[in-house]
Amino acid sequence: MTDASKPDGPMLAADGTPLKKSLARALRLQKMRALALIAPLLIFVLVSFIIPIGSMLFRSVENSMVSETIPLTVAELQNWDAQSGELPNETVYAAFVSDMVVAIEAKRHTRLGSRLNYEQTGMSSLFRKSGRQIRRLDPATDGPFKEQLIDIDKKWGEIGTWATIKTHSVDITNGYFLNAIDMQRTPDGAMSQPEDKRILIKLFQRTLIMSMIITVSCIVLGYPVAWILANLPMRQANVLMILVLLPFWTSLLVRTSAWKVMLQQQGVINEVLVWVGLVADDARLVMINNQFGTVVAMTHILLPFMILPMYSVMQTIQPTYLRAAKSMGATNWTAFWRVYFPLSVPGIGAGSILVFILSIGYYITPEIVGGTKGVFISNRIAYHISSSLNWGLAAALGTILLAVVLVLYWAYDKIVGIDNVKLG
Amino acid sequence: MAALTPISRKPLSLVIPCIAAAGGFLGLFVGTANGSGFLGILIGAALVAAMGWFFITVLKNENLSKWISIAVVAVLGFYFGGIPGLILGVIFGKLFHWFTYWLYEGRYRARLLPYLTPGQVLWHYGFRVICGAIFVFLITPILVVMPLSFNAQDFFTFTPEMLRFDPAGYSLKHYQDFFTNNEWQRSFKNSLIIAPIATVISVSLGTLAAIGLSQSHVPGRRAIMAIMISPMIVPLIISATGMFFFYSDIGNWLEGTLGLPKTFVGYIKVVLAHAVLGIPFVIITVTATLVGFDRSLTRAAANMGADPVTTFFRVQMPLILPGVISGGLFAFITSFDEVVVVLFVGSASQKTLPWQMFTGLREQISPTILAVATILVVISIALLTTVELLRRRSERLRGLSPG
Repeated sequence: MTDASKPDGPMLAADGTPLKKSLARALRLQKMRALALIAPLLIFVLVSFIIPIGSMLFRSVENSMVSETIPLTVAELQNWDAQSGELPNETVYAAFVSDMVVAIEAKRHTRLGSRLNYEQTGMSSLFRKSGRQIRRLDPATDGPFKEQLIDIDKKWGEIGTWATIKTHSVDITNGYFLNAIDMQRTPDGAMSQPEDKRILIKLFQRTLIMSMIITVSCIVLGYPVAWILANLPMRQANVLMILVLLPFWTSLLVRTSAWKVMLQQQGVINEVLVWVGLVADDARLVMINNQFGTVVAMTHILLPFMILPMYSVMQTIQPTYLRAAKSMGATNWTAFWRVYFPLSVPGIGAGSILVFILSIGYYITPEIVGGTKGVFISNRIAYHISSSLNWGLAAALGTILLAVVLVLYWAYDKIVGIDNVKLG
Repeated sequence: MAALTPISRKPLSLVIPCIAAAGGFLGLFVGTANGSGFLGILIGAALVAAMGWFFITVLKNENLSKWISIAVVAVLGFYFGGIPGLILGVIFGKLFHWFTYWLYEGRYRARLLPYLTPGQVLWHYGFRVICGAIFVFLITPILVVMPLSFNAQDFFTFTPEMLRFDPAGYSLKHYQDFFTNNEWQRSFKNSLIIAPIATVISVSLGTLAAIGLSQSHVPGRRAIMAIMISPMIVPLIISATGMFFFYSDIGNWLEGTLGLPKTFVGYIKVVLAHAVLGIPFVIITVTATLVGFDRSLTRAAANMGADPVTTFFRVQMPLILPGVISGGLFAFITSFDEVVVVLFVGSASQKTLPWQMFTGLREQISPTILAVATILVVISIALLTTVELLRRRSERLRGLSPG
């Protein structure tokens, strides 16, 4: 058989171009059209979500404030060795005064003071107080400054003060990350914080442990419910499904306030317990503002996220498998444990990772029902953003949290596939 | 598998201990409330056992015994607990009677497979009780809030008047407060401004992108998908922190360079932030709908001379509309519920309803929150119904199972 129409040369399309080329062009057009549809949203998300998060992450290492506010001092301090046990020489003091005069003019010296105060307490007031006096000095004529500065505040005569400035004068610092894991950047390298300041590692541990407790209680409570939803007749299952979906759709604030109402000392549960006499009126249970409150409320809030993936996996398991196992002599337990449970593990995995990811970053519920003992790392981040204004540390904590979540997300994508996320 | 199993009457030696245990369980609570738990168990068990024995061996009339059981337990309930006791008594009287005959007549076997052992039957019902308890755990907090919002007192708990069903214990004053208080009204209005605009932005951009993503050749599909889903995955506190820095810079630029009024800029910031948070939901629901979309329909439309825009609005859109709407509802509820981001990005004049509730819960606790909560629950029931109906419609349209 010979093809008479094209004995040699490539196959041609209707318009005379080679078919291969023409197909490639069609494919390219199709790709372009798809990308054009995606582009507006992609740009929107990139600009207003990915870049802000990226810049926040950068804030956790960015530290240009010290070298921008007192550039001459920072340059002079490079020649000084903090280990030598001697104070910096006159040139450093002179550079510092001329830097400070400029900074005071621009009202930036107090900001520098609060920045250094995160590292060593007392720096903020030192800069504020000295600022008032240094303003009167003229860097050109009033030298030498070493004695004058030490007169203004004797802290300028301590090696520690200058060592702190020198240590934190680098543009890119690991100081915030060290702080985030209860260490600090010192002239001698990374050191652990004093015993009484080590709270963040504990908080990370608590966040992880409580998220695990919440995940496990969601599995324990969610598994029977998912099982019964998957095994009841469709009509009854749909009615019961409403009981799962209603909490899922109800506002988070509503559920949190409901738990506050339930768990309070004068709340519904305590009142009922007192009424039936299980608890004495003067010995009401303390169930709120502690870890118990957080775990109960968050288990309730996240339970639908566990039930729904489990349910969709269990729906696909044939009931005949169990019957087959039993007909071959398996007991109920063996049939469940060796046949049904292994088949339902993907559902448990999907639900657990989802619940864990969500609970590890929770803020609202712990803030309201958690008191001081039941708060998570997110509450600490919010505190540093809005109250202590130590944004660098907040960014470092956020970066660590984000890294943990992204690892889990990657695992979720591997196990479940992000395309398979189902809602409602 | 209904009525597969022949049912037979059970011996009294099985029935009496079971109902005595049930009576004793109730007696425990009544007893502890009145001084002695142990005495309560004994009296409760003896009473229910005696009633059961009387019904089965002497009276032998199921209908009559029902009313006797209800009357006896209700009177006892009234004696110990007043009106609420009476109501509980009626319920428990009915329950005891049902339980007695359910066991005695062997009705509990009727719907089960005939070869099950007694242990398996016990586990079957025990499992259902456990599941029931979990469902109660899921739904109680939401149900408790509703009656409490009609409290006449400023308490977060049931007052004695409410338990006596005294009309004086109930009032609509918290609702009145919500509808007259300026602060609540302003925050409600803010929520109603911000959520719909954010929804429109995320739905329009999200639907376009989902259609783009569903084409067969998209370079870097997984990466694009991951980026678009990321607002749902990144913990809110981190998104909020990032947006806090970003939008304060943007806001300063808009106010300083373009000279826009401060409040207007505030709204823009919150709306854009919420629109980003809603996008993953739109993408997920719309791509899920597009999976079942028959591509030959668009080709047929093009074949008959429709341009792409006409094809989209006349052919594609009506078919994926359910997915778009339920994605939109998700986006709406995300924005309507959102606290953390608005707390960081917004200023006091953009205070939304959840923000107001959050401050209410943290600082001055007022039961108006419960009235708001009830209203929100009603709204979410409405949304849930809509989504469910849409889901069924969409499955019907695509010829899948009628769910």
